[in-house]
Amino acid sequence: MKLELTLEQRAFRAEARAFVAAEIAPHAGRWDREEAIPADLIAKLRARGDLGSLIAPEWGGRGRDMITYGLLTEEIGRGCSSVRSLLTVHDMVAHATQRFGTKEARERFLPALARGEILGALALSEPNAGSDIGGIETTAVQDGDGWILQGRKKWTTFGQIAGLYLVFAKADSKPAAFLLERDTPGLTVTPLHGITGTRASLLAELTIDGCRVPASHLVGKVGLGISFVANYTLEQGRYSVAWGAVGLLQACLDACLEYTAGREQGGKLLAEHQLIQAMLTDMIVNARAARLLCLRAGWLRESRDPAAAAETMAAKYFAAVKASRAANDAVQIHGANGCTEEYPVGRYLRDSKVLEIIEGSTQIQQINIPRFVFPEL
Amino acid sequence: MDQTQSKVKEFLSRFFKNHDLKPEEDIFALGFVNSLLAMQLVAFVEKEFGIQVGDEDLDLDNFRSIQAISSLVARKSGAGAPASA
Repeated sequence: MKLELTLEQRAFRAEARAFVAAEIAPHAGRWDREEAIPADLIAKLRARGDLGSLIAPEWGGRGRDMITYGLLTEEIGRGCSSVRSLLTVHDMVAHATQRFGTKEARERFLPALARGEILGALALSEPNAGSDIGGIETTAVQDGDGWILQGRKKWTTFGQIAGLYLVFAKADSKPAAFLLERDTPGLTVTPLHGITGTRASLLAELTIDGCRVPASHLVGKVGLGISFVANYTLEQGRYSVAWGAVGLLQACLDACLEYTAGREQGGKLLAEHQLIQAMLTDMIVNARAARLLCLRAGWLRESRDPAAAAETMAAKYFAAVKASRAANDAVQIHGANGCTEEYPVGRYLRDSKVLEIIEGSTQIQQINIPRFVFPEL
Repeated sequence: MDQTQSKVKEFLSRFFKNHDLKPEEDIFALGFVNSLLAMQLVAFVEKEFGIQVGDEDLDLDNFRSIQAISSLVARKSGAGAPASA
């Protein structure tokens, strides 16, 4: 395996980094306090084609390769985990629709998703079903040539402004997935506030009360909603979150390198204290290791290798755990300053906790990873 | 066992160490793997045999055993019987 980026990928990353430094990172703290990212930022992402990264050109998307996609996600995650989470959920819906959607659904939704005219959101978690996705209680009942959906969804990231939800339900006790449009009668979207991390990600609770969707909105077959659709969709989400965690880890390192190079304690710079150096070393090495795991997962995904699922899970697990550790250390290094809004590391710590929960918690990864086969072992 | 079946068995054997998997054995019923394996099997079949698994083929029954997977490969390859090339 050649662990090198192409010239095009390097150029793309440099451009994305400059965009994030100018348009995202300086505002992320305010967006966090306001619990929303602004419409004009979404318009900028739309104009750059970042909402159509994974959608094929034939549908109006960019069809970016998995490495380029990962680099974009890292850079955005370095600036703001809430913006990164917009890409994560939107891309999951686009990815699933492209792979499992009916011809009618692809024609209707993919061009609009690619242009960012509508935003996608994943409606999987429920008040009583998080890690146990088989325990979802939302139901789907066949009604003539369509389906009637009934239930509640919670923690729907960007649910407040999404135009299209990928809803998981039980149809006669069998798992199934459906596309649900925002303006469907019976759908009520209630904002969730006071979230610990990724506060600007416009979370919502969905009340789905007798929402009728046409047969063409069924995603994959009834009975395959978890084995194929959810697993495929969550693998994409895990890949995105893994890269986002690398970005957050790098942001912690950036903040700490700057802070420790400018503050003296005990007559010398913080960076010259050995216990500080130990924490910086862990951040540096873990960022590099997490990035390599993400690159490996990306290359395997790009070549459609069956080992990609396991490697993506490993990358997400490692990157999220190490990002959480780095954010914790970053606050420690900043001392009392790290506990104020004057510095970003407090936000990083709150955001990092979310990374260990979404798209399969750290503990779910610990259950599943040993069941996979890693060819090198 | 033809070459397709041998390749499928070799791939699946990674998940069933210390078990000599028979062509007709239901891998989902053996209890070693769960639904996480389903999409991996799709990826394996598409990459190894150069076929595209369409929506109509996405059914756990098509991936339930060495025999079922080989039959799917044969159908998608346009052959009437499991490929032996």
